[in-house]
Amino acid sequence: MKTMLPPRIKSLALAVAAAGLLAGCATSGNPKDPIEGFNRAMFAFNEGLDSAIVRPVAVGYEAVLPSPVRTGVTNFFGNIADLLIGVNNLLQGKAPEALSDLGRVVINSTIGILGTFDVASDMGLEKHNEDFGQTFGRWGVGSGAFVVIPVFGPSTARDTVGLVLDIAADPLTQVRASDGRDVLRVLRAVNARANLLPADKVVEEAALDKYSYVRDAFLQRRRNLVHDGNPPREPEADAEQVERPARAEAGAAEPRADGVAPDSPVLVARTETAEAK
Amino acid sequence: MKFLFALFSGLLISTTVLAQEVAPDVLVKTVTDEVLEIVRKDKDIQSGNTKKAIDLVEGKVLPNFNFTRMTQLAMARDWRKATPAQQKILTDEFHTLLVRTYAKALTEYKNQTVHYKPFTLKAGETDVRVRTEIRQAGAGKDIELDYWLEKSATGWKVYDIEVGGISIVTNYRETFASEVRNNGIDGVIKLLQTKNKSGETASVKK
Repeated sequence: MKTMLPPRIKSLALAVAAAGLLAGCATSGNPKDPIEGFNRAMFAFNEGLDSAIVRPVAVGYEAVLPSPVRTGVTNFFGNIADLLIGVNNLLQGKAPEALSDLGRVVINSTIGILGTFDVASDMGLEKHNEDFGQTFGRWGVGSGAFVVIPVFGPSTARDTVGLVLDIAADPLTQVRASDGRDVLRVLRAVNARANLLPADKVVEEAALDKYSYVRDAFLQRRRNLVHDGNPPREPEADAEQVERPARAEAGAAEPRADGVAPDSPVLVARTETAEAK
Repeated sequence: MKFLFALFSGLLISTTVLAQEVAPDVLVKTVTDEVLEIVRKDKDIQSGNTKKAIDLVEGKVLPNFNFTRMTQLAMARDWRKATPAQQKILTDEFHTLLVRTYAKALTEYKNQTVHYKPFTLKAGETDVRVRTEIRQAGAGKDIELDYWLEKSATGWKVYDIEVGGISIVTNYRETFASEVRNNGIDGVIKLLQTKNKSGETASVKK
């Protein structure tokens, strides 16, 4: 039933992404972040929610449960996630990876006792990181405008569409409410937040402006994920092409020659296109 | 002027390090193993003694970094707008910020192991990426930690680090660029100085 979806979703995502880019032309600030005012407000809201509720719960969770138990929880939800990771690898035309993901689910669900042990990784079946947003990126959809979604956090126009699909296709969504669906969801979220606790202090230490630090880290990370760890060098790197010839040679020097300002929407649009391949 | 400055910083680095020809992957592995070995034995660092971690980073890690290059990458095209004096202050302050961050990350160290991915140096290469992976027992996926190094007269120097695909250097680009737009180069200097001062008081409190 889901096989009918992709082409339509692709054009929808394209439309959203295009709208994001157009909005970028209309403002003078950062072209990747045309709705910065709104985003900053949402970011502050999410930060407040995190420090008031989510983080304290995650800290308590980490304190109460011993590490091996938390590992089991991480693996359990990771195993469920592998299903959709496999589907997305298939949609991206990466059959060997998709097959490996399927193998992971079979092995971990059985030998790994309902996924609580990641036996497959020990056997050499590497865990992947895929979602619908990445699939759109692979298909050539640019990321569009950066957006901070209440509760969910940083995203982009493209990844927001992806997120809607991720949630719709999430195996947990198929679980009945009476079977403890919401408890599982909360547990998954708290566990995921607990895994991020060590990064908190480092980000506080590093960030001059936490909002833009998190935004730019998120955008870099997503770009990296779309390219499975091997993104092309960023065209802006050519800004110092004189000083760094080796890396600038890899196609990065080209956009500068035509005199387009490095942060103009034109170049960003081009960056997005480059990102697709 | 810029050449003089580059020459000057080059001299500074060369006086602190022996110009020996160590392969980039060997360099990364040696330094990482050495630092982690110390952290594993040091209860103070493990319990969050940032001062001690900073000393460790300053002593073992920094001689292998090219901070001028890092600052230049983070400032991107605005680097040229800065006077040599401003470039010097920017580099110093950015240096302090990165050292603090690196030291903070070390205090969060908990039994993770580092795995080095296969690396071959092609003949004539002067700009390379050494890939490593941080494995944490139980925290799900491994974290990729990549080092970019370039060859200099005094050996290979790290000029960028990527954590899970996020460059800890270029991640400052937008922040710096928008600060330059609003308050000029001095705005960036002030931003860094304020941040570094607040960091100092915070670590004293600890």
